[in-house]
Amino acid sequence: MTQQGIRQFALPDVGEGLTEAEILSWAVQPGDEVKVNQVICEIETAKAVVELPSPFPGRVSELLVEAGTTVAVGTPIIAVDTGGADGAPPAPAAAASADSARPAEEKPEPVLVGYGVKSGATRRRSRRRTGPPALSRPAAPQRGTRTVVLAKPPVRKLAKDLGVDLHAVTPSGPNGIVTREDVRRHAAQAEPQPAPRAPEPAVSAPAPTAADRTAREERIPVRGVLKHMAAAMVDSAFTAPHVTEFLQVDVTRTVKAVRRLRERPEFADVKVSPLLLVARALLVAVRRHPRINASWDEANQEVVVRHYVNLGIAAATERGLVVPNIKDADRLPLPNLARALAELTEKARSGRTSPADLTGGTITITNIGVFGVDGGTPILNPGEAAILAVGQIRDMPWVHKGKLKIRKVATLSLSFDHRLVDGELGSKVLRDVGAVLENPKELVLAWG
Amino acid sequence: MSDSTAREEPELVQLLTPDGEYVPHPDYPFDPTPDHVRGLYRDLVLVRRLDAEAVALQRQGELGLWASLLGQEAAQIGSGRALQPQDMAFPSYREHGVAWCRGVTHRDLLAMFRGVTNGGWDPYEHNFHLYTIVIGSQTLHATGYAMGVQRDGALGPDGTAVITYFGDGATSQGDTNEAFNYAAVNNAPVVFFCQNNQWAISEPSERQTRAPIYRRAAGFGFPGLRVDGNDVFACLAVTRDALQRAREGQGPTLIEAFTYRMGAHTTSDDPTRYRASEEAEEWRRKDPIARVRSYLVREGMADDDFFAGVDAEAEKLGEQVRTDCRALPDPAPLDIFREVYAEPHSHLDQQRAEFADYLASFEGAEGAAR
Repeated sequence: MTQQGIRQFALPDVGEGLTEAEILSWAVQPGDEVKVNQVICEIETAKAVVELPSPFPGRVSELLVEAGTTVAVGTPIIAVDTGGADGAPPAPAAAASADSARPAEEKPEPVLVGYGVKSGATRRRSRRRTGPPALSRPAAPQRGTRTVVLAKPPVRKLAKDLGVDLHAVTPSGPNGIVTREDVRRHAAQAEPQPAPRAPEPAVSAPAPTAADRTAREERIPVRGVLKHMAAAMVDSAFTAPHVTEFLQVDVTRTVKAVRRLRERPEFADVKVSPLLLVARALLVAVRRHPRINASWDEANQEVVVRHYVNLGIAAATERGLVVPNIKDADRLPLPNLARALAELTEKARSGRTSPADLTGGTITITNIGVFGVDGGTPILNPGEAAILAVGQIRDMPWVHKGKLKIRKVATLSLSFDHRLVDGELGSKVLRDVGAVLENPKELVLAWG
Repeated sequence: MSDSTAREEPELVQLLTPDGEYVPHPDYPFDPTPDHVRGLYRDLVLVRRLDAEAVALQRQGELGLWASLLGQEAAQIGSGRALQPQDMAFPSYREHGVAWCRGVTHRDLLAMFRGVTNGGWDPYEHNFHLYTIVIGSQTLHATGYAMGVQRDGALGPDGTAVITYFGDGATSQGDTNEAFNYAAVNNAPVVFFCQNNQWAISEPSERQTRAPIYRRAAGFGFPGLRVDGNDVFACLAVTRDALQRAREGQGPTLIEAFTYRMGAHTTSDDPTRYRASEEAEEWRRKDPIARVRSYLVREGMADDDFFAGVDAEAEKLGEQVRTDCRALPDPAPLDIFREVYAEPHSHLDQQRAEFADYLASFEGAEGAAR
């Protein structure tokens, strides 16, 4: 050991066959004393949020991964100065990566579950080349003659995702097995070159330097929230036949109602926004047309009508799009609904949305007005029959009581799953949402 | 059955209230001597500590998986301590407390969850069968074993009884219901011990059964009862009674130990996704260890020194579990060839030779193939 007593803890596979996890938060800081089994951080995997206990006692010398980062199983996440006196065996680095530059004091540790050890890290004894192997099965065939490429299924998937032909990849694994690293390396090398430039005009721009070329593209790994969003959207867009309808609404009275609500004592401690009344308007429409709050059960060939509303609110966060929902939103009095909305938004912004918040939604609102646009064709949250997009509220010339006036106007866009919602139902829902927002007084304020 | 019968509150055998008050039961005698109760307390605390350490070890990458018994200690220690040495137990995969009572070491348990053995211990050494991961199939093994006991003529006041452990989820399995029926028609000396911990992974027990589980026995023609699964006195007393009935040839009994899984189903599970924290809070007040401690204090059977001593012993056990887990040897690569078949055969020999040659083809492999 170069640094006596410094031990690293590698991210373990806390599920069965998980490959990565996000460090949600650290419970310790450099300089803190830790005991064995003291919780050092909270991580989120595809399956669960769990706390990780320290495997050894000592003083935290470094946090190797920032909170909010997703890392592969086997990545060292924390270094602890154990003073070399804890008497425990070396760190249980499950699958230390080659680039962690660990001193070679440890023998390779067994991999308990999940993917195999990366090739660079195995320190595997090389094959002896003293004669043909005694195996009856053929040794790794030469490139060009073989027909079957040796690679594990996840590696095949990776190659497929990256558009890499496995036959073209130079294998580095034992017996000519193509590894994950090989595929990545190949993909990186095969990066498309800039297309041949069109003939330059006489006054040519300076030729792009190497630095320019790399700056012209950026490759962002698809993982975490982005990966989830992509999968959900593909699933939804190519399963449910979408129809989108639009309605322009005079929301002047809604804007006034929001102002009045803010002055009421029961809303003193909570933010009231037009979104609150849009939510209530949608809940009113759902109450009138329960079939909009439904989903398609392909397996059982049934339409599942929900008698409760878990109202999803699409939220743009630093990590990407998430759609947490308010459970039983239809049963909440308006002040409680306001509080629930505020809490949900706050949790989403600070990244504390729990898995339970993200599941079980029945219908969704997406507030695209905050981005300064009017309308769109939102894609359904998978498993739901409708999604309402709310555009920005802008001053528009509008015919009001027979005269041309300047009014507050917003566009509503409602997408619905045409398998279970027909044009009539979808239109009625949209119209009712619009009617409530045009005249919000009674319905919105009286109910609940 | 009329609606009113179906909904009446099931009777629950309880000897020790959550507040630690001992209430004798006319049918289930129990003698709470100081030594006895202190011993049970020690069992409960130590097995909880073992379990907590194993969960931590899994989180540190030392175990592939662990199924925590947190909250179910009383059901397991109570029933486990009711067993006689000659009795045979068929567990599922969470019965670390029963294993403890049968003398199966934590090393044996950990080896299986670390993946360095396929089984772990000799069932006949402890009269404790291997853990069964398949849901409910051990109830059939137990029934068959019990029928064997019967045919061996090993019944009588000092005869052999069989017990099998399963959960509320297993009661939906065909195997379990077949076992009930076979045991009933053959009058087999087997006790069906169901730990109803309310959750089959994420499925609540009300989606498992319409009637209380213990009442199912009546339909098969043998007695069933519900016991407070967080009451170690009651679990011990009712299990001892049921085992004795079995021993003496009076046939099977179904015991439904009404308890709660305080932790996750396994380390791969996140219960916050499907159940409310209020529910766990309510069960926390019924904790199986707290009530024994209250009883000991109330009766003046134990002082602070005793409790501190048990806690120190638990800490030591935790450290031992940690050290032993890390020291578990990996199996030799060729072991698999002698552990699958009882006797060698030529095809297996050929595979073994090929694999040995393959291993020997690595540099510095001398002696590695063993």
